[in-house]
Amino acid sequence: MNKLPLIIKREYLAKVRNKSFIVMTFLSPILMVGMVLLIAFLTKLNDNEKRIISVLNESDYFSGDFLSTKSTGYVHFRNIGLQTAKDSTTNLGYYGLLHIPNEPDLEKVAERAFFYSKEAPSTSVLDNLESVFQERLRQRKLLDMGVSAQDFAVMKDLFEINISTFTGQQNLKGINELKAGIGGAFGYLIMMFIIIYGGFVMRSVIEEKTSRIIEVIISSVKPFQLMMGKIIGTSLAGITQFAIWVISAGLLLVVALAIFDIDPSTLNNGPDLTSGMGVQMSTSIASPNQAMEYAQELYKIPWAMLITFFLVYFILGYLIYSSIYAAIGAAVDNETDTQQFIFPVILPLMLAIYVGFFSVFSNPHGPIAVGFSLFPLTSPIVMLMRLPEGIGEGGVPIWQLVTSVALLIVTFIGIVWLAAKIYRIGILMYGKKPSYKELFKWLRY
Amino acid sequence: MNNILVADEVTKRYGPHIALNKVSLEIPKNSIYGLLGPNGAGKTTLIRIINQIIHPDQGRVFFDGEPLKPHHISMIGYLPEERGLYKGMKVGEQVLYLAQLKGLSKAEAKKRLKYWFDRFEIGDWWNKKVQELSKGMAQKIQFIVTVLHEPKLLIFDEPFSGFDPINANIIKDEILKLKDEGASIIFSTHRMESVEELCEYIALIHQSEKILDGKLSEIKKAYKKNIFEVGMQVENGNILSKELASRFEITSSEFDPIENQLDLKVQLPSSDSSELLAYLSGRANINQFIETIPSANEVFIRTVQSKDAHE
Repeated sequence: MNKLPLIIKREYLAKVRNKSFIVMTFLSPILMVGMVLLIAFLTKLNDNEKRIISVLNESDYFSGDFLSTKSTGYVHFRNIGLQTAKDSTTNLGYYGLLHIPNEPDLEKVAERAFFYSKEAPSTSVLDNLESVFQERLRQRKLLDMGVSAQDFAVMKDLFEINISTFTGQQNLKGINELKAGIGGAFGYLIMMFIIIYGGFVMRSVIEEKTSRIIEVIISSVKPFQLMMGKIIGTSLAGITQFAIWVISAGLLLVVALAIFDIDPSTLNNGPDLTSGMGVQMSTSIASPNQAMEYAQELYKIPWAMLITFFLVYFILGYLIYSSIYAAIGAAVDNETDTQQFIFPVILPLMLAIYVGFFSVFSNPHGPIAVGFSLFPLTSPIVMLMRLPEGIGEGGVPIWQLVTSVALLIVTFIGIVWLAAKIYRIGILMYGKKPSYKELFKWLRY
Repeated sequence: MNNILVADEVTKRYGPHIALNKVSLEIPKNSIYGLLGPNGAGKTTLIRIINQIIHPDQGRVFFDGEPLKPHHISMIGYLPEERGLYKGMKVGEQVLYLAQLKGLSKAEAKKRLKYWFDRFEIGDWWNKKVQELSKGMAQKIQFIVTVLHEPKLLIFDEPFSGFDPINANIIKDEILKLKDEGASIIFSTHRMESVEELCEYIALIHQSEKILDGKLSEIKKAYKKNIFEVGMQVENGNILSKELASRFEITSSEFDPIENQLDLKVQLPSSDSSELLAYLSGRANINQFIETIPSANEVFIRTVQSKDAHE
């Protein structure tokens, strides 16, 4: 009779019935939604604070230039002295006073203009004021050169260069980053999953060692079966937890947004939580027309392929790493001894994420991106960042994808075999913490 | 086939260290077999090989006449020296799980568990977590786990460590009952006196080698030195012991004049004690007459010493 399902079932139940696991499962979405709400609330609070600036304009210029906006209001003083204006500004509790003196020409006026405030003014306020002056000065100079106000308005066109591949495929600016970001989100998910649930596998192995049940179990089943059962059971528990998180966080968010009456679009202006790309998107999408193009590009991403390969890389990557975690757990007697072994395991994961974000985003087909998407310990993350580009022309060459998956499978077999050997010896070893040299010796037993 | 288990020149190395060196054993069916030897002699390695936890580098093992194969696992019950249970798991669930790993169906396991829980009167432990149990209670559960699948061969590694004397006795009686029901049992221990009374056969393991094995009674017979302990009531002990010394070889003599008790140790040339008895019967009132049988421990020490002397 195959005992693997029995082991998987036990490991799964042991995990999901664990109190701290249950608490984490149900608390995390609440915390996450709470964070989102808090940020939304704070953003709203920030928006509501309106700065009022009084303007004492004694010149003939700038008469209609300081118009109140959502965040800044302008109050215009007339026919009072500077000192009175300062006093009134203070008394009324305004943010500051802009004094524009009466001078014969614009340059002099601008030169002599002053902004008075109680504290050092915020840079955004100054930027606003300065841009008004700059605009007016530039306009004036152009006028002197014979450019009319209408001509000036026409000149203000923004410009973006059109980009295209040699085969004529048109690209949108930032779409590479956006695509890599989607792949990156998948890669990041894999990394988090490995670190969290790999750790669970390791602790579960250590628990079996410290409770001394291990020898009872492996007199009934093969150590390899136990290890695989443990890895699979724990990952199923992890998938359950992830599913609960995604579903409940989604529901909670919808409910909370409805209750607190927060427009989800305001969230995009704040620091983005959902993906690193949102900020870039919301700022770079100028027109609804362009938004459509982005949507079309996203729609063009081969989702079915992407999700298929996500699963391939996820399963193989997770199995590789969690069997290393299981071997570490078997080699030591308690969790404090694991540190020296864990760091080298997490290193390639971190490297993959950083290399991914710095190199793949800017150059998805560069040598670094290609190299790391082939190297089996980083490929699950880096290749997923490249895959939204598609396979074949314009995307990831087929040979690279095949090589990457093949290397991953070979590594998977090799690592699981090695890990199982260390695991088999380690679970029966008690006492001193082994060195790398000893682990190497175990491989030859 | 009269042997449940045969080991044929089994060798196991860990790097340069030899854990077992060409150990051969024959364990008869329906017997209690003592695997004796000091800590680190290689007993646990041998047991792990029998349980197929590790595999020998050389040599073969036969179970009930067949070469040892994975399917034999369900016919072996093993109580390891390093034993424990999942602390956070409930007793019933845990025993069911371990029984199913040994190949029992859930229903069958439940039925048998009920029997054992009644027998030990621990029915109310079913829903308790293991961490709520005392060490002795947990050991009882472990014993049940070991025997539940009614294995043909039972292996107990230091079975009595961790038991208080009362529970140790309960377990001892259970083991004897299992033997009566037909099981073969291997005992492994470094405390040789503890299982001597139980074992019919023993093997002595020392420094990775088997130095002696066989039927315990025969080993003892072979190792006894024809020394007889005599205790008797006599008026004048000193005179009698002098007379005796001229006819027999007296190794020790002690006379208590108040009780008129003379204790002697007499070395005879053979195991035939009739001459000594006949000589004494007219001269003193014999309270006791015992042939000195060496303990397993003594046999062990003498074997090791003679082996060392040969080397």
